[in-house]
Amino acid sequence: MQTINLEADGLRSMNAALQGQSTDTNQTSWEIVNPKGSHAIAVGLDAPIEVTVKGSTGYYCAGMNKQATVHINGSAGPGVAENMMSGTVIVDGDASQYAGATGRGGLLVIKGNASSRCGISMKGIDIVVHGNIGHMSAFMAQSGNLVVCGDAGDALGDSIYEARLFVRGSVKSLGADCIEKEMRPEHIEILRDLLEKAGCDAKPEEFKRYGSARQLYNFKIDNAGAY
Amino acid sequence: MCGIVGLFLKDKSLEPKLGEMLTDMLITMTDRGPDSAGIAIYGTDAENKTKLTVQSGNPDADFAGLDTALAAEIGSPVTLRRKDTHAVLEMNGGLDESARLALSMLRPDVRVMSAGDTIEIYKEVGLPKDVATRFELSKMSGTHGIGHTRMATESAVTTLGAHPFSTGTDQCLVHNGSLSNHNSLRRRLKREGVRIETENDTEVGAAYLTWKMRNGATLGEALESSLDDLDGFFTFVVGTKDGFGVVRDPIACKPAVMAETDQYVAFGSEYRALVNLPGIETARVWEPEPATVYFWNH
Repeated sequence: MQTINLEADGLRSMNAALQGQSTDTNQTSWEIVNPKGSHAIAVGLDAPIEVTVKGSTGYYCAGMNKQATVHINGSAGPGVAENMMSGTVIVDGDASQYAGATGRGGLLVIKGNASSRCGISMKGIDIVVHGNIGHMSAFMAQSGNLVVCGDAGDALGDSIYEARLFVRGSVKSLGADCIEKEMRPEHIEILRDLLEKAGCDAKPEEFKRYGSARQLYNFKIDNAGAY
Repeated sequence: MCGIVGLFLKDKSLEPKLGEMLTDMLITMTDRGPDSAGIAIYGTDAENKTKLTVQSGNPDADFAGLDTALAAEIGSPVTLRRKDTHAVLEMNGGLDESARLALSMLRPDVRVMSAGDTIEIYKEVGLPKDVATRFELSKMSGTHGIGHTRMATESAVTTLGAHPFSTGTDQCLVHNGSLSNHNSLRRRLKREGVRIETENDTEVGAAYLTWKMRNGATLGEALESSLDDLDGFFTFVVGTKDGFGVVRDPIACKPAVMAETDQYVAFGSEYRALVNLPGIETARVWEPEPATVYFWNH
C-alpha cells in the first residue's frame, strides 16, 4: 500500500505519481490522506490500480478515469468521474452536481444521493445511485445505464437519445421526449448485473424503465410554422 | 464565480472565535474570488446603542474629528473606532438616520457600509487574506457572520461593488451568480423608497429582501418570494440581527455546501471552506436543495 499525504505532498505530485503507473505496475494499491475537499484528485489515471481517498473531495475527482478503481470514503464535489472511459469510481457519501457527466464507459457508484444533472450527456457509462438524484439528470444522455434506487427530480432524461434510465422510486417529472418504457427480460438482466456490481440489494423487478420516445430525432416539417 | 462562507453559532463558547473561523474559511475561497472580499459580522448587542460602519477612500482626512462633528450635529455623543479605511460610529439607539443625514453633509465622500445594532460590514478590493489582515477580521467575535470573495462579472471592481450588501438595518446579503432582471426591479424598488446606491445586481437582491421585510415578511417569507420575483442565477446567504438564511435558484448551478452540528450551522461554496471547523468529521453535511429556503434564528 502506497500512502500519499495530499496536504504535505501537493496535488501535482500526487497526480503525477498516480498517472505515472503503467498497466503492469506492481504498486496497485494507493491511499490518499487529507484530501480536505481539494479539486482534481486522482484525475487522468490509466492503470489497473486501486486508489482510496480517505475523506471528501472537491471538484472533478477521478475525472477522465481509465482502468483504475477510485474509492472516495466521503462525499464528492461537482463533476466526479466526469468523462470516465473505463474503470470504477465509488462514492461512499453524496455526489454534487453533474456526477458522471459525458462518461463513455466504466461504472460510477454513488452510495448516497446525487444532486442535479447526474449523468448529463452520458455516452456509455453505467451509473448506479443508491439514493436520489436531482433535476435535469441524464439530460441529452446518449448511451449507457443510469440506475436510481431512490427518487428522481424534475425533467429526468430531457432530450434523451438512447441511454436506459431505471428508477425504483418516484420521478418528479420527465423531460422532453423521455417516456416510461416496457421492462423486458433483457432489461431485468442488465439491471440485475449492475445492482450486483454496485453492491445494492434492490430487486430489479421494483424498477421502472425510461428512455427516448425518439420524437426529437428528426425535424418535423409540420412544426416549421413554430419557428 | 464567487465564494461564499457563513457561520451561525449555536454554542456561545465559540463566539470569541467567530472572526478567526470565518477568516480561515474566507481565505480558503480566494481562488473563487480574488478581486475583492468582505465580511459582515454580528457582534454584541449593546443596550440602546446603534452603529454605522462607514468607509472612505481618504480615511485620514475624513475620519479626523468626525465623532465630535457628528455629535454636534445630532446633539448626542458619538464614538468612532477606526479600522483602516473603515470606521464604526456608535451612538444612542434611534439616531442612525439623523446621523446618516448629517454624515452626508459633513463628509459627502464617506460611504455607509451598514447600519444597525449589531452588524458591522468591512469590504475592500484586494486578496481576501489582505482584506482580512487590514481589518483584523480574525480578532472579531460575534454570534454569526457572512463572508464573500468576489470575481466580478456584473459591475466594476470597486469597494462599493464588493459584498456583503446591506440595504436595511442589521441586514446583509451575499451572492454567487448574476441576476438578469435587476434593472427593472431596481427602478421599482427605488419608487418604493428603498435605498439603492450602486448599479450592482446583488444590491438589488438585498434591497428586494429589505423591501419585503419592511412590508411585514419574515426572512423566510422574503426568501421564499425571491424565488418568484428574481430572475437569474443565485445562491444567496442572508443575515439579519438574529437570523441566517440560504436560498438557491431553481437551476442551482452555483455550488453550495452546508454543515450543521450542535455548535453551529456553516455554509461554504465548497466543502474545502468547511474542513477546519470543529467536529466537521461528524457534522451533518449536505447540499442545499434548489428553490428551497433554509433559515435559522437565535
